[in-house]
Amino acid sequence: MKETDWRFRVAHREAWIGLGLALFNFVWWFAFAYGLGNRPVEEYTYIFGLPDWFFYSCIVGFLVMVVLVTVVVKFFFVDVPFDEEQEESR
Amino acid sequence: MNYSVLIPMIVFLIIIFFIGYWSSKKLAGSSNFISDYFLGGRELGGFVLAMTMVATYGSASSFLGGPGTAYTMGFGWVLLAMTQVVTGYFVLMILGKKYAIMARRYNAVTMIDFLKARYNSTAVVLLSALSIIIFLFSAMAAQWIGGARLIESLTGLSYQSALFLFAISVLVYVTIGGFRAVALTDAVQGAVMLIGTLILLIAVIISGGGISNIMQDLINENPNLVTPYGAEGNLSAAYVSSFWILVGVGVVGLPQIAVRAMSYKNARSMHRALIIGTIVTGFIMLNMHLIGVFARPILPGIDVGDKVIPLIALETLPPWVAGIVLAAPMAAIMSTVDSLLLLVSSSIVKDVYLNYVKPDASLKTIKRMSFGVTGILGVIVFLLALDPPDLLIFLNLFAFGGLEAAFIWPIVLGLYWKWGNKYGAIASMGTGIASYIALHFYNIANGNLFGVHTVTLPVVLSLIAFIAFSLLIKRQAYDYNAILYRNEKQA
Repeated sequence: MKETDWRFRVAHREAWIGLGLALFNFVWWFAFAYGLGNRPVEEYTYIFGLPDWFFYSCIVGFLVMVVLVTVVVKFFFVDVPFDEEQEESR
Repeated sequence: MNYSVLIPMIVFLIIIFFIGYWSSKKLAGSSNFISDYFLGGRELGGFVLAMTMVATYGSASSFLGGPGTAYTMGFGWVLLAMTQVVTGYFVLMILGKKYAIMARRYNAVTMIDFLKARYNSTAVVLLSALSIIIFLFSAMAAQWIGGARLIESLTGLSYQSALFLFAISVLVYVTIGGFRAVALTDAVQGAVMLIGTLILLIAVIISGGGISNIMQDLINENPNLVTPYGAEGNLSAAYVSSFWILVGVGVVGLPQIAVRAMSYKNARSMHRALIIGTIVTGFIMLNMHLIGVFARPILPGIDVGDKVIPLIALETLPPWVAGIVLAAPMAAIMSTVDSLLLLVSSSIVKDVYLNYVKPDASLKTIKRMSFGVTGILGVIVFLLALDPPDLLIFLNLFAFGGLEAAFIWPIVLGLYWKWGNKYGAIASMGTGIASYIALHFYNIANGNLFGVHTVTLPVVLSLIAFIAFSLLIKRQAYDYNAILYRNEKQA
């Protein structure tokens, strides 16, 4: 009776993954924006016309997150039923 | 009056009405009115789910206020706006499958249903219903003002007539179609936003003579515009980072978003929605705010931020394309408004009236109540918006932050932390709201405490309150499976 529903184990793992992704997202965003962005404006380089800090932080950062989310969902997320199966809940 | 702009917008509105009408036909044949009207019968697929979340979330502030501020502040504000990419995956991953499973076990149709079943407490329900009604009401008013201003600037109608037009369009299809209509039209509106922003971005870049050219103009005007620190150099890293809570991870606590996380059909819809949602959110936010910055050298000297997007669209696009493109912010505003309207009305009808006033109300009464309350709410917001306060973003974010501070921990920890109990939840909501309001006024008078956005501290305080009170008063582990045994016994 005390046995945890197997679907909850899946759900808990996926929630941790979500937290991890958000942390990674933040670090990437912050490091490029303020790591590169705090130089004097004259030293900025421009990629596709955009300031380098912005390009890496927001454009590349966004693309990286899209790839990561896709990979995580395709390979690590498990398809579970949401409705109760009576036999299994015992 | 510019008819070539107006006609595409009117066509767009008609399509939206048609969807609402079509959904209402489905609703008429439904056997479970409550679940269908307020939740669309838990049938949303991946694409519609992603779009309805993006569309609900993307509001007047992301389409008018945000780009307007980017126009004034430069790239620092685009950086800030990109903190919203996280909402695309975070909400669905964190609430995720456990929320979907528990919502079904509890037979929950609203976020408050979930809290009611989890904490088993009248105080929690009434407190949540009250905060939803108060805060979302102000959010809704802000959106209506945005919508009316947009119509005003496009048509040259007076603000009052514009507001009236807007109110009628929203009310008609929310009252008849319910959640399914809202979700479906959100999907259409999301697609319009996506395409509209892309067209406008391209047009703005072309009319500015290419990105490098625009960048040079910005630097010539004020080099700070291309730094992360804002035009005056006063956007600190701490302040911008605190928006990760306000418009990023904290969004988990917003009832209008949380309710969508229980509306999907199965795990596969959720998986698809995660990917689509991330792409669409990031894409729209990036485009809209870049448009705001790029508009600056093309149309200098716009002083009302909300007008930047309408004006730049009319400037850079042929009129009929501008009409289609400007349907995007219109879509964003409408889809936010109707979700909020539905949510506030569900709090009143479902969470208060059905729980405590008349639990045995007949289906006919419930139907009448649902339509009636939704309609009356609309009229009240209309009257409030007639004489609007000036700061659209302010009102909207006030509601955002207050709700997040109130709900984030009762939902998230209620879901994952078995020691959480009703005392923790009540303390957390009370602390969150009270400290948010107090700090809000402190920050206005004295500048931001610790240099971060108002929402930061209340979210931390409400976490501490939740944990402390849960452990100190009647500590008891919650059994997530208990409800199953109870259900089986009854069956």
